[in-house]
Amino acid sequence: MSAPAKTAQTADPATTGERRGPRRRSRQKGIAGNTLWFWVFVGPFVIGLLVFSYLPIIWSFVLSFFEAYNTVTPSKFVGLRNYIDMLTDHNFLSSLWTFTIFAIFIVPLTFVLSLALALLVNQVKIARAFFRSVFFLPTAASYVVASLIWKLSIFNGVRFGLANTVLGWFGVDGIAWLSTVDPPWFWLPLVTVRLWLQLGFYMILFIAGLQRISPTLYEAAYVDGAKPGWQVFRYITLPQLRATSVAVLILNLIAAYQAFDEFYNLIGAGANYARPPLVYLYSISLGSIQDLGHGSAGALILAVIIMIVTLLQGRILGFGKAGD
Amino acid sequence: MAVAERTTGTPQPIGFSRSAKGIVGMVLRWIAMLIVVVLFLIPFYLILRNALSTEQDITAPDWKLFPSHLQWSNISELFNDTEVPMARALYNSAVVAILGTGGQLLLASMAGYGLARIPYKHADKIFYAIVATLMIPAAVTFIPSFIVVSSLGWVSSLRGLIIPTLFSGFAAFLFRQYFLGFPRELEEAARVDGAGYLGVFWRIVVPNSLPFFAALAAITFIANWNSFLWPLVIGQDSSSWTVQVAMSTFVTAQTINIHELFMAVAVSILPLVLIFAFLQRYLIQGVTQSGIKD
Repeated sequence: MSAPAKTAQTADPATTGERRGPRRRSRQKGIAGNTLWFWVFVGPFVIGLLVFSYLPIIWSFVLSFFEAYNTVTPSKFVGLRNYIDMLTDHNFLSSLWTFTIFAIFIVPLTFVLSLALALLVNQVKIARAFFRSVFFLPTAASYVVASLIWKLSIFNGVRFGLANTVLGWFGVDGIAWLSTVDPPWFWLPLVTVRLWLQLGFYMILFIAGLQRISPTLYEAAYVDGAKPGWQVFRYITLPQLRATSVAVLILNLIAAYQAFDEFYNLIGAGANYARPPLVYLYSISLGSIQDLGHGSAGALILAVIIMIVTLLQGRILGFGKAGD
Repeated sequence: MAVAERTTGTPQPIGFSRSAKGIVGMVLRWIAMLIVVVLFLIPFYLILRNALSTEQDITAPDWKLFPSHLQWSNISELFNDTEVPMARALYNSAVVAILGTGGQLLLASMAGYGLARIPYKHADKIFYAIVATLMIPAAVTFIPSFIVVSSLGWVSSLRGLIIPTLFSGFAAFLFRQYFLGFPRELEEAARVDGAGYLGVFWRIVVPNSLPFFAALAAITFIANWNSFLWPLVIGQDSSSWTVQVAMSTFVTAQTINIHELFMAVAVSILPLVLIFAFLQRYLIQGVTQSGIKD
């Protein structure tokens, strides 16, 4: 109530007087006036969306049927060859495999740990805001910043790296974390860096979900003799968090598909291991040779895979039922 | 007595801390909490320690918990290093984050308001065309977008960094949902006073929606400041590097001292830590309202 009153006071009488004329006319024009105003509001956005969302996809789709080295206006039509090349490209297939391993680690770990953090923070009676802030704070760090800390300080392969310093206290030899492929130690920095960056974010989603659970449910469970702890968690908390859980799993998987920053900065685009799809596509389409034909085909294949998996996951987890 | 306690006390999701078992559980939970807190804070500790250390302190065989003396001269070393365009990169990042956030909110809020409130017979189709873009995974569009931006001649320019990121279908969607729930009475009062759509939007709707704008602005600003892939694709010339691209270039090339690089990290993260300190309420709202970061 106070805000409209304030704006009425501050509004310049001259400008309101000027506005009065056109407005009367537009109201008389009725539907035509509405159409004009609709486009005034929505038009700039729609034009931008056409140019920077629809046009790129269409152009890329066209390019995917052409041989397009270092050019965006190619002339040599090659049919489906770019697609066949990509689907038989050992490097592209192994990048999909890399993603799969990454997802197998990161999705369940993120789910369980962010839920655990949310439960932990939710139970604390003192300084709850402090703990929530501590876990949420890494969201301020970029993947570049975190990768840099991980690469140069924590998992630095030399003796002064933090992880190797700690190993040294126990008399264990240092490990070249990022370059050791057998056993694949490089997964440890890759997975922990993402956990550090995103756990707080998903924790916030879970805390919001926990706060929506009605206290009467817990009271009813207590009256019915449910044992506090696992039973209450299993039969009250977890089912009530269904909508949040589905959202967390889907967001997390989509984000994992698009992993680029930490792989690029920790391992590099040139390595022949730990190269997820986006890093591989980046290196073939925007590296020294800009092969935009194969790059476009690969991007579209990846987009289709992501959409199919998202739909399947939604179907399996019952996205339709989780209405919010 | 017991009944009163049960109904008045707040129910606990897990456990009641009365019995001996409960106390053990509580102690264990606090220990777990402290361990996790320490783990989460280690990277921030490392930023401060390394940024203010000499190279000798960092590479010493024995771990130095704190620098032997605080090396504030690392700041001037970083900004005087002619090989590192740090000032320029910070400027680029600030422009990208501020204009990118402002532009995205302006475009998406107006589009969302138009879709929610202005009757138009094709509004549904437009809305579906916007929502359809949400199905496209954001990151796979970097090659297609590069194709368009490079044919516009916008590679290595601030235009190329900012303009393609302004049209967020997701933000427009969120604004539409929000404006659908905005109290119509406020708008109608202004309408009676003689305001048109623009007048109602700017003088009634926006001033009364500032918390929602602030929430989206906070997460959009952070996403823009921290964004890496698109600036990497576009920033082919060092004059258009953002701070993320600059740091990445020097870490992958390993041409820079660790203490200097960590000072760059400290400088680059400072604006966001300030946002966290002062706008955390809006940030958390933004996260729970949108459920996504970028």
